[in-house]
Amino acid sequence: MGQKRGLGFYVLATFFGLFVLFLYGPMSAIFILSFQGPSGGLTFPLNGVSVHWFFNLFEKQAVGDFGASFGRSLLLGLMVMAATVVVALLAGLAFRRKFLGATPLFYLTIASLVVPSIIVSLGIGVLFQQLGIKPAWYGSGFGAHLTWTLPFGVLIMFAVFNRFSPSYEEAARDLGASPWQTFWHVLLPMIAPSLIGVGLFGFSLSYDEFARSLLAMGTYNTLPLEIYAMTTNVTTPVLYALGTVTTLFSFLIIGGTFGIIALISRKRTA
Amino acid sequence: MERPVAVAEHAVSVAEPEAKKRRKPFSLSRAASYLQALPLWLVLGFFLLLPILLLLVVSFWDYDFSGLYPDFLTLNYEDVLGSWVTWKTYLNTLKFAAIVWAITLFVGFWIAYFLAFHVRKATTQTVLFLICTVPFLTSNIIRMISWIPVLGRNGLVNSTLIQLGIIPQPIEWLLYSDFAVVLAMVHLYTLFMVTPIFNTLMRIDRSLIEAARDAGASAFQVLWTVILPLAKPGMAIGTIFVVTLVMADFSTVQVMSGGQSASVALMMKNQMSLLQYPAAAANAVVLLAIVLLMVGGILRIVDIRKEL
Repeated sequence: MGQKRGLGFYVLATFFGLFVLFLYGPMSAIFILSFQGPSGGLTFPLNGVSVHWFFNLFEKQAVGDFGASFGRSLLLGLMVMAATVVVALLAGLAFRRKFLGATPLFYLTIASLVVPSIIVSLGIGVLFQQLGIKPAWYGSGFGAHLTWTLPFGVLIMFAVFNRFSPSYEEAARDLGASPWQTFWHVLLPMIAPSLIGVGLFGFSLSYDEFARSLLAMGTYNTLPLEIYAMTTNVTTPVLYALGTVTTLFSFLIIGGTFGIIALISRKRTA
Repeated sequence: MERPVAVAEHAVSVAEPEAKKRRKPFSLSRAASYLQALPLWLVLGFFLLLPILLLLVVSFWDYDFSGLYPDFLTLNYEDVLGSWVTWKTYLNTLKFAAIVWAITLFVGFWIAYFLAFHVRKATTQTVLFLICTVPFLTSNIIRMISWIPVLGRNGLVNSTLIQLGIIPQPIEWLLYSDFAVVLAMVHLYTLFMVTPIFNTLMRIDRSLIEAARDAGASAFQVLWTVILPLAKPGMAIGTIFVVTLVMADFSTVQVMSGGQSASVALMMKNQMSLLQYPAAAANAVVLLAIVLLMVGGILRIVDIRKEL
């Protein structure tokens, strides 16, 4: 690489800047519009500035109950997060060795990613109907979300273990550590930041999921399903207020997670 | 994958004659693989494999407004394959997939290229990459509807253009059109192209580029004959993501076209809301076959396991 920045750099830097604007620009539009005055509508200009629509969010709604659906989404996200971390870690460990059925299981995991979401939703809906089990967010919904989060988790674990040198474990073994001690005191602490990353993916993907949830949630909707229903029949900025709140919540989760990962890494290097 | 396995096997063969005490954990570790893989098998088996097999069966069933009746009818498939409307819907979905794929590939490659080759400090690289990744972890629907105040009749784009005197009246096709659908899809899915391409570009040995340059290659030749061929696996993985996401999309098409455009998944969703599950199942089987053929074709070009 030469020291002087060429023309190519400036062209691409501008392109990158425009891309970031493209990613975040529209999001900031609804962020601003959620502070619309009480008489304001869905588009600019702002008719005064207020937090009217945020209060409106917590009042009893004609459509939907945000508090309860938020609670369900949060709890479901945490359940999916925990299950994704555990199942993906175990599968990642399994794939380090050759075992019978490894290839079909790998392709099934890839299939979980590429099968259109609505097919998963329809399939689970029909399956539960035929089994005579009522779909519920903590049952069929939980499973539906796992089919979306697990492939990401397993692929991340693949990437982690591909770069993980077995010499650390060999060293521990040579020093007399049992397999369990090697796992608990050597392997686990070393891959902890990646596991936290897997957890973040598990939670976020579940918290925002709706395509696989359509037929799988049963009577009680999760938050994304509420929002999806709102897009067709709500015509006030309360939609934007909800968007702002839930996006800020996502940012908080992402920021918090990266904070924790950075803290762990710093402690380790110190 | 290969190296850890080989080393682990080597460790076993060395350890075995050495001490009897060690034997037990190692034979246990053989069974451990199966136990460790079991939860993944169970979840994907019950919530993915079984439902899809069931859909295959149900697609031959009979139905009316009150329920499903086990049968062996090809009627559902005749409805799918024999109707001009369905064919048009499939073609429309493929059209979206092709356009969005081309745009995301172009944008994704240059963004990844900029991050990998033009940003010199590793910290800056990480920060810029995270800036690109964060929206992926927020709600798709919110990101979609955030285009409404931008593109709408009285939206930001139209009112700015009118104030600047460039256009006399609002452009109608900005929102609730195929244009809006493609724009929103590019907005939602470009990230899936950036990440895998960035990953492959970062693994290119920089000495290859230096060698090409020393041998007299121009900047364009380096790009065309060295970087681009080596970036193909990343492009292939990105393509798998984008194409399958667009083929499965119903919400973007519904919201951004304002009900004026159709996709296969949206057609399925409408059938599902009318409880016509066997009809939706027949569509599901056809759509799944198309998607798997596409993915299978791409996988012939690239071995994903090597790329992780």
